[in-house]
Amino acid sequence: MSMPFYVAPEQMMKDRADYARKGIARGRALVAQQFADGIALVAENPSNTLRKVSEIYDRIAFAGVGRYNEFDQLRVAGVRAADLKGYQFSRHDVDARGLANQYAQILGQTFTHEMKPLEVEILVAEVGTTVSGDRLFHILYDGTVVDEQRYCVLGGDAESIRERLVSGYTERGSLTDALKIARAALKGPDRELSVSDLEVAVLERNGKRRCFTRLNDDAVNRLLT
Amino acid sequence: MFSHDHDPGANFGEFLKRVGLSPFDRAQNVGDMILPHATTCVALKFADGVVMAGDRRATFGNFISHREMEKVVQADDFSGVAIAGAAGPAMEMVKLFQLQLEHYEKVEGQQLSLEGKANQLSIFVRSNLPAAMQGMMVVPIFAGFDQLTSEGRLWDYDATGGRYEERDFVATGSGMMHASTVLRVSWRRDMASADAIALAARALWEASDADSATGGPDALRGIYPVVASITNNGFQRVGDDVLAQIYATIAEGVRQR
Repeated sequence: MSMPFYVAPEQMMKDRADYARKGIARGRALVAQQFADGIALVAENPSNTLRKVSEIYDRIAFAGVGRYNEFDQLRVAGVRAADLKGYQFSRHDVDARGLANQYAQILGQTFTHEMKPLEVEILVAEVGTTVSGDRLFHILYDGTVVDEQRYCVLGGDAESIRERLVSGYTERGSLTDALKIARAALKGPDRELSVSDLEVAVLERNGKRRCFTRLNDDAVNRLLT
Repeated sequence: MFSHDHDPGANFGEFLKRVGLSPFDRAQNVGDMILPHATTCVALKFADGVVMAGDRRATFGNFISHREMEKVVQADDFSGVAIAGAAGPAMEMVKLFQLQLEHYEKVEGQQLSLEGKANQLSIFVRSNLPAAMQGMMVVPIFAGFDQLTSEGRLWDYDATGGRYEERDFVATGSGMMHASTVLRVSWRRDMASADAIALAARALWEASDADSATGGPDALRGIYPVVASITNNGFQRVGDDVLAQIYATIAEGVRQR
């Protein structure tokens, strides 16, 4: 007669967390930071069509690292939740905090109840009408929500990228400054990172309804040179 | 999140159905109840794109219920909808249509083609058929600048969702007969922008002169029809100062008859 193996809950959670962390560490990283006129999101992403950063709502952007199919599913769920809320109530009622909580629920639920945790880390960024209204919610694979200030790093090798970012970060700098720092932080000391390997988007405090703009390679080149 | 075979994709209307919020599933028999109605809209092509225009009046039986209704609305950067019919369902349809275009763009990562947008609106109008049978008819015009072919295009619809692409111009609503006669007489291929805007304003003037449900320019309150041009540069609404000038000229012409 076979006996089911007993696995301590601590061990089970630890195994799942290790599994998720390994999956995320394999992917390339992403940096988000405040600048004078908004929030800049810069990801290392050689693909020109499969996006890591995208628009969720008027003032809200989504960024994900890890397994593409998993964070893309979360992205679509976010667009739906936001559009539904805006349709039912008002466009002003859609905010990053509510979305971040919904994401945390999904990720936490999956982490504890499913066989396999989601191998993703996501960011919900919202640009305010003033600098103090900016929000960066960083959500981990187990549903932990971190309310980050000024900047945020997601993905593999986040620790060393964060160190490089902190040393170069200037408060309320220009977009050019932000992009230079982000590129330097992502690339590190021993390799090169061309503009075509970067995916860049900004949430701009520009007075328009939809604040999200994607910057193509030409625009990024112009800003960096 | 939805299971694989229940996923509504980029279709916002379908998504609303899944969560039980579709506005089209609740057609009620309103009997003889009088509801606010929105009236005349026109659209015409010109050299660089299309011009759309709509009067501002909504009627409630023989009352004027609104003087400032906006029946010509921007759908997205390069297209607009003009809507005539029962005001409630019409405004709901426009709101849903704008949302659908934005929703599609966000979910899919790219915009629908102009023809795709026209088709989408046709599906919304068809979904409203049960309500149309109860007297809440909605008949829109859709116009935009097609970036694939670099030209202005326009469509009109019937209550069943029938979609007809028009070559030159179109009018809808209670004053459509008078408005389209004006267009028929004066429309020329490749008109200049200013001429096309003046012609659209003229068409609405004549419609308001003969049709009680169509509102004319209201110089007393400073309310003028909504006129917009859509070109390669996007959707641009014509300013009230320009319209005031155009209507002053028309009025002067009428005075000298």
